[in-house]
Amino acid sequence: MITGFLALYIFMLAAFTGYEIISRVPVILHTPLMSGSNFVHGIVLVGAMVALGHAEGGIEITIGVIAVLLSAGNVAGGYVVTERMLEMFKASKPEKKG
Amino acid sequence: MTLPSWMSSFVEAIYFIAAVLFIWGLKRMSSPRTARNGIVWAGVGMAAAIIATFFVPGMHNLDWMIGAIVVGVGLSWWVGRRVPMTAMPQMVALFNGMGGGAAAAIGAVELVKFNAALMLVPNTYPIQPEAWAQKAASLPALTPVELVLAYVGALIGAVSFTGSLIAFAKLQGWMDRRFVFPLQRWVNLAIFVAAVVCGIVALLAGIDGHAFAWGWLVAFFALALLFGIAMTLPIGGADMPVVISMYNAFTGLAVAFEGFVLQNEAMIIAGMVVGAAGTLLTQLMAKAMNRSLGNVLFSNFGSGGGAAQQEIAGALKPIDANDAAVMMAYAERVAIVPGYGMAVAQAQHKIWEFAKLLIARGVKVKFAIHPVAGRMPGHMNVLLAEAGVPYDLIEDMDDINPEFPNIDVALVIGANDVVNPVARTDKNSPIYGMPILDVAKAKNVIVIKRGRGKGFAGIENALFYADNTRMLYGDGQAAAGELVAGLKSLDG
Repeated sequence: MITGFLALYIFMLAAFTGYEIISRVPVILHTPLMSGSNFVHGIVLVGAMVALGHAEGGIEITIGVIAVLLSAGNVAGGYVVTERMLEMFKASKPEKKG
Repeated sequence: MTLPSWMSSFVEAIYFIAAVLFIWGLKRMSSPRTARNGIVWAGVGMAAAIIATFFVPGMHNLDWMIGAIVVGVGLSWWVGRRVPMTAMPQMVALFNGMGGGAAAAIGAVELVKFNAALMLVPNTYPIQPEAWAQKAASLPALTPVELVLAYVGALIGAVSFTGSLIAFAKLQGWMDRRFVFPLQRWVNLAIFVAAVVCGIVALLAGIDGHAFAWGWLVAFFALALLFGIAMTLPIGGADMPVVISMYNAFTGLAVAFEGFVLQNEAMIIAGMVVGAAGTLLTQLMAKAMNRSLGNVLFSNFGSGGGAAQQEIAGALKPIDANDAAVMMAYAERVAIVPGYGMAVAQAQHKIWEFAKLLIARGVKVKFAIHPVAGRMPGHMNVLLAEAGVPYDLIEDMDDINPEFPNIDVALVIGANDVVNPVARTDKNSPIYGMPILDVAKAKNVIVIKRGRGKGFAGIENALFYADNTRMLYGDGQAAAGELVAGLKSLDG
């Protein structure tokens, strides 16, 4: 169980981690990084699965399915888009095709 | 399904590893050399966390779950693969909105579950510790702190959901106009306050141990969703990058809060990291546009009003593509300044082809990138990288600005506000103070532009009227093609 101050510490440390990671990023990577962090919060899928997995009754299940559907979209879309952007940052190849 | 009792520790351990991989992945993503590898690490962590979640004790509805995952993943994967690179910003907005919506929906499920459970236990008002302990023993027990965070997370997630969808629609070009009406700020504030009040009424009932009336909960969600729409409608497209980044941070926070409600460490860590990173990124973007976040959100940018802007003297002087090509062919140094127009016209490949021909003739070519050119910071870098332009030809604003006086020809393609000198000269201009590329200081300027329209900020560009500026009208890709043809014909 995470409660009270322990949660506060986790929030605080995670926030500093996020802040530190971004603060030294070149402008060139801002868009891919925004996209990458968009993918990372796709972890919401895990929560949506737990919520749906413990849902009972029509309303809960319906909302739970919506949650899983949306978050699955977040994860997959976030990954594909980020990967496509970063693919272009491959180390410069010997010969470039136009 | 019965699972061994060590299973929940196993799941926790996988979540821990996933959280480490997310942070490691984001860290790798913050350097161009390792970026590509970073997303793969994060992806591995995500896949592990998702698979592990199937083994959380007491999961039902697996058929629905798997169905929804397959459909959601399949659709997004398909769309994400297919959209052109130029549409990336709105894709980020769309997928981010989905994440926010999911966080709000999780909040809704937990609150509905909590309320349903309260209806089953006898009324315990006024609240007593024993009553809480008793309820904690029943399944969907939420402590007051968790209850508060469930509401806050749902509110933020819902705003991020509809707000991001509006941002998506605007960038996609489905919604060109800004919707502005008198007292809009007050109306928006009223919607927000009403949402909070509905949430608090339901929340207090819950904390008191009463089941709340469903109407309050429904009204809370409806108003929160409405607020996301109302808040985003008046913001112009030029400010969308900042807004998307902000909603990205919002979704992160919502995920962290709902993670706390579900006691899910992976969600707390990943959500909070994204919340903080997104907040900083938002500030960096707003700073690059020399505006505060409040200004972006509430100023109704470019809505006229205020002191009259200075008149711009001079005339627009057209040039044809052949003359422009000749001018650059015999120049010593050329700077190419791309903007959103290049993205729309998909002209990056043609422009690079043109640049390569110039380089082959011994011209020194550089690409000058404004930090917020396009619709997101780094948007232009991504497009140029896609076309195959090497890094060392791409210069940031601060590096290239002192060089402009030595540049013979600056070729502006589809950029407008970021090269507008009134940002330096006209105190009454809405973009006054925004850092710009000093294109106007180049010896000659050629501007490729589709028509005589204004930029996203809706203001006249003094650069276009300057004595050393020539206008090359046409679609970016077509114009670039004509430039290429013009160069080739020089060599016979």
